[in-house]
Amino acid sequence: MLKFREYVRAESLEDAYVRNQKKSAHILGGMLWLKMQNRTVQTVIDLSDLGLSGIEETEEEYRIGAMTSLRELELHKGLDAMTGGAVRESLRHIVGVQFRNLATVGGSIFGRFGFSDVLTMFLALDSWVELYHGGLVPMERFAAEGTENDILVRVIVKKEKRRYAYLSHRNTKTDFPVMACAVAVGEGWRSGEGERAAGRAVFGATPARARSYELPAEWLERFQGSGEEERKVLAAELASVVPTGSNIRAGKEFRSHLAGILLYRGLMEALYGGSGQAAGAGAPACLTEEKEGQRA
Amino acid sequence: MKNVNQGIHKKDAMALLMGKPVYMDDLAPRDCLIVKVLRSPHANAMIQSVKTDAAMKVPGIAAVYTWEDVPAERFTMAGQTYPEPSPYDRLILDRHVRYVGDPVAIVAGETEDAVDRALKLVKVQYEVLPAILDFRTAKDNEILVHPEDSWRSLCPVGADNKRNLCASDVSGQGDVDAVLAECDVVAEGTYHTLADQQAMMETFRTCCYFDAYGRLNILSSTQIVFHVRRIISNALGIPKSKIRVVKPRIGGGFGAKQTVVSEIFPAFVTWKTGRPSKMIFSRTESQTASTPRHEMEVSVRVGATKDGIIQAIDVYTLSNTGAYGEHGPTTVGLSGHKSIPLYGTPRAYRFAYDVVYTNVMSAGAYRGYGATQGIFAVESAVNQLAEKLHMDPVELRLKNVVRQGDVMPAYYGETAASCTLDQCLMRTAEMIGWKEKFPCRDMGNGKVRSVGIAMAMQGSGISGVDVGSASIKLNEDGYYTLTIGAADMGTGCDTILAQMAAECLDCSTDQITVYGADTDASPYDSGSYASSTTYVTGKAVERACGKLLEKMEDKAAELLRARYAADVSGAELEFDGTRFLDPATGESVTLTDLGTASMCGSQEALQVTETHSSPVSPPPFMAGAVEIELDKETGHVEILDYAAVVDCGTVINPNLARVQTEGGIVQGIGMALYENVQYDKKGHMMNNSFMQYKIPTRLDMGRLQVEFESSYEPTGPFGAKSIGEIVINTPSPAIAHAIANATGLWFKELPITSEKIAMGLLKK
Amino acid sequence: MKISLVLNGKNVEALISDDRLLIDFLRDHGCLSVKRGCESSNCGLCTVFMDDKPVLSCSVLAARADGHRIDTLEGLQKEAEEFGAFIADQGAEQCGFCNPGMVMNAIAMFRENPDPTDDEIREYLAGNLCRCSGYEGQLRGIRAFIEYKKKGGAS
Repeated sequence: MLKFREYVRAESLEDAYVRNQKKSAHILGGMLWLKMQNRTVQTVIDLSDLGLSGIEETEEEYRIGAMTSLRELELHKGLDAMTGGAVRESLRHIVGVQFRNLATVGGSIFGRFGFSDVLTMFLALDSWVELYHGGLVPMERFAAEGTENDILVRVIVKKEKRRYAYLSHRNTKTDFPVMACAVAVGEGWRSGEGERAAGRAVFGATPARARSYELPAEWLERFQGSGEEERKVLAAELASVVPTGSNIRAGKEFRSHLAGILLYRGLMEALYGGSGQAAGAGAPACLTEEKEGQRA
Repeated sequence: MKNVNQGIHKKDAMALLMGKPVYMDDLAPRDCLIVKVLRSPHANAMIQSVKTDAAMKVPGIAAVYTWEDVPAERFTMAGQTYPEPSPYDRLILDRHVRYVGDPVAIVAGETEDAVDRALKLVKVQYEVLPAILDFRTAKDNEILVHPEDSWRSLCPVGADNKRNLCASDVSGQGDVDAVLAECDVVAEGTYHTLADQQAMMETFRTCCYFDAYGRLNILSSTQIVFHVRRIISNALGIPKSKIRVVKPRIGGGFGAKQTVVSEIFPAFVTWKTGRPSKMIFSRTESQTASTPRHEMEVSVRVGATKDGIIQAIDVYTLSNTGAYGEHGPTTVGLSGHKSIPLYGTPRAYRFAYDVVYTNVMSAGAYRGYGATQGIFAVESAVNQLAEKLHMDPVELRLKNVVRQGDVMPAYYGETAASCTLDQCLMRTAEMIGWKEKFPCRDMGNGKVRSVGIAMAMQGSGISGVDVGSASIKLNEDGYYTLTIGAADMGTGCDTILAQMAAECLDCSTDQITVYGADTDASPYDSGSYASSTTYVTGKAVERACGKLLEKMEDKAAELLRARYAADVSGAELEFDGTRFLDPATGESVTLTDLGTASMCGSQEALQVTETHSSPVSPPPFMAGAVEIELDKETGHVEILDYAAVVDCGTVINPNLARVQTEGGIVQGIGMALYENVQYDKKGHMMNNSFMQYKIPTRLDMGRLQVEFESSYEPTGPFGAKSIGEIVINTPSPAIAHAIANATGLWFKELPITSEKIAMGLLKK
Repeated sequence: MKISLVLNGKNVEALISDDRLLIDFLRDHGCLSVKRGCESSNCGLCTVFMDDKPVLSCSVLAARADGHRIDTLEGLQKEAEEFGAFIADQGAEQCGFCNPGMVMNAIAMFRENPDPTDDEIREYLAGNLCRCSGYEGQLRGIRAFIEYKKKGGAS
């Protein structure tokens, strides 16, 4: 159990930031994970009074306050419509309604947990983390680097006309995933030089932290132009570069196997709503793991 | 019948649903010392030294105890009738710690914070010893879990601590090897089940305090108040007359609370300090330092003629009792004695077993108590036999199933006096749609739907051992008080025993108040375990009510004679539940008259205590069938439908029996598919929370259909047998069967995770 | 630190240690319906309402409840009794230890969605573990209660 001496409700982001520079301080999210840590800290800082709860919609984006609960996110109609239900799907397995009423978007992203459905989903969205000092940081970079003592203020999701799917495999329905896969297809990715990314696949609970992979346009075209068995092979090949490992929930080999299957199913769902027909010509397959910073 | 076989509300239902304070921690005195224990981080070690001075200096710490402070007499924590078959291999704190979690020191303090701080300051030096973590290597291993000379076994169960043996035996009839050699087809396999946790919602907990008479009062979440009294007396070395044990409402037991898990530590603290104290196990402790199911490896051979008549069954069970022997010698027996007798045809059987000590958490009693493990093995083997014979497994069973009137040699030679197992099986098959669905259907998209089936039995109490008692008393206003020593742990026994009393006394169940269990006030009862309460204690209730009725008739006749100068004897009176009528004169006295009269100038108590023990333990029977949808790519198993038909004799309360069945099935589904107990290489149990040990949620269990095919058990109260345990036994073999029907792969180790299925299919 | 909150409709002021959890605070304040079943926010036994939303009181700091409304089953006895009777009709309360959390969350569900489908019920209550009942009896009770309410109930 976490123990601490002092609880402070920050009066401003600046106040929170200044207090958080001390090593013995910790920002509170939903406290679900923090609570279970067996350690003592001096000060916990609560951002509850800073108006960071709620989702704001503008012409271009959704601005999700760090203290927004996962339940609010799950029930948000705009995000649900934009992602074809993928955001809701990524959240509804997380323990239960009472848990999701407490767990915050900020806490889920900030923790960069390996098991995180939330991070896996957001990596498939055109999403950014707004840090109080660090400003806007692309989600991939935040996922890779995190931040020591900056404050995560909100998560920004750009409105993009893409199609999404979220799939996970779990030992029981509300357990952590054994493997999670979020897929986005559609144009508009700011890709690396000379590449035409037409989609993105994110693998979470590998069991390490979620990683994002570009789906080059050529590859996707080939996938679409192939028959069922060939598509499965393509997906498995693509997923085979995803590093996996073993833990209490499953072994490495099974996770690698699942990665290919979930990718195939995710693509089918995103492209065809789950049961479409192949279309378009094939092109050579290739997959590039997205390099950090390319998009920034 | 007005009461029996009625779905009457549980007497405590509304209090429970409205969150009333009725559990141990709701009732504990406010000023209790908080008791916790420091636990060993090593699987096998000798304590070299324990430094407690820094811990004692923490403000608010009242006491710190180590192995040097406790009695040196060994005892068992198993809640069993004396002399216990479980070996006396425990101390309150031992210098030799034998599993990760074994208690090293007891700390008591005014607040939880103080105790937590003090626990961190107790400094222990260990000599770490090599440990036995694989139970297959335990027997005759040079590492001894219990090398001590003070270890002792009270009963002839084949125990030998110098061989790591907690029990060992062989029994049988006929020449199994010879008969198997003659069989046209033999199915065999070795089946491995894990040390699943009962995972009742209320963790182990106890509070203790002294009463006005200087006696140690123990308020504990337990199924066994009388055994707790003896065990505490043994452990602390104090007279039983100094101990009173009471149970409040219990937040689930499933056998876990048939062992004295939490009681000893606060009892010791209160006895030593004179202060009230309480100990509440964390979920982590409940997962890692408690009393789970015995891990077993059951090897089975089943032989049959080519037309499917089973000729012989051979079972060998290796059981892992862990670091201590609680319930070790007894659970193993059920793995053969309550699986082999499902079949009436064999000419020969053999059942052998070894129960071994290892350096993991001690096992104990968990619903099914060894039968669950044995039935998974035998029923899986029979399903494989059907496959080998190219025979429908329902038909195969109907050719061989035990039937009413059959003698069951492997069940201590008892006769199945009440048995509708064949009907249970046929009805279950009908409910699941067996004819249409067996073995499987391809749904496209890599999904297969398949079905699986299994049968089960259990006992109804321990024959010749279990004692059930009931006191029934008439009060003024004509209501009755029923006092019992059996423990309602949510099962509803307070209510069903009251239903039986009401039936006997021709009144409504509301007219019976129930009190128990309290070692001072309750008549002796072994406690609620071994599926005993309905059958054994129920019979005591029936008898007590019969005798009370006679007494009331005599008293009524006395009143009639006095009031009306009627010449009437008790036997001549007619009782309609509210009044005793003399048919000759038309005069009557009411229950209220009687109750009032018994409190004025009376020489006779209108109270009766009766005790019952049964020389037989009539098995309830059951069939269960499952339909699953299996994803051949991911290995995911979705439970679609589970059909079950139970023969528990007369159903006393159909609602409660049905919910017992549903609850047992869902626990069984968890056991079959994902309840996983994993130890790391150093013997740490990794599934130490509800985050890591997944029990079924309501999204994981599909649709349940439960029916009853009641036989009438002549020795049971109103024809009843038991239901509490049998209900967990069919899911593992039925689901393994369905998975085999979907994939062609027979999984012999639980849980059958999606990983095992998917990887198995890839390697096929 | 000092907190003030509205507990079951009454203003409560209290001095607490900063890291006190709401569940312990509530039990200290007589709300003994609130039960602890795990330490990992998995079981749902400790469900209470914070500003009408069901939350796990084991995972909320009492300090965070400062200035908020908290309701426990002690404050919802009438609703609990009305709904609970339908669970009792099934015998699905069993040991009862999970009941307060389940009843709280069911009440939350009925307020949010008075006519849920079976799947919606299972999903909304997925965070309420029960080891006794196998859930099916709870579902039957909930269904019967919904039907009763649809017919106008006797409330």
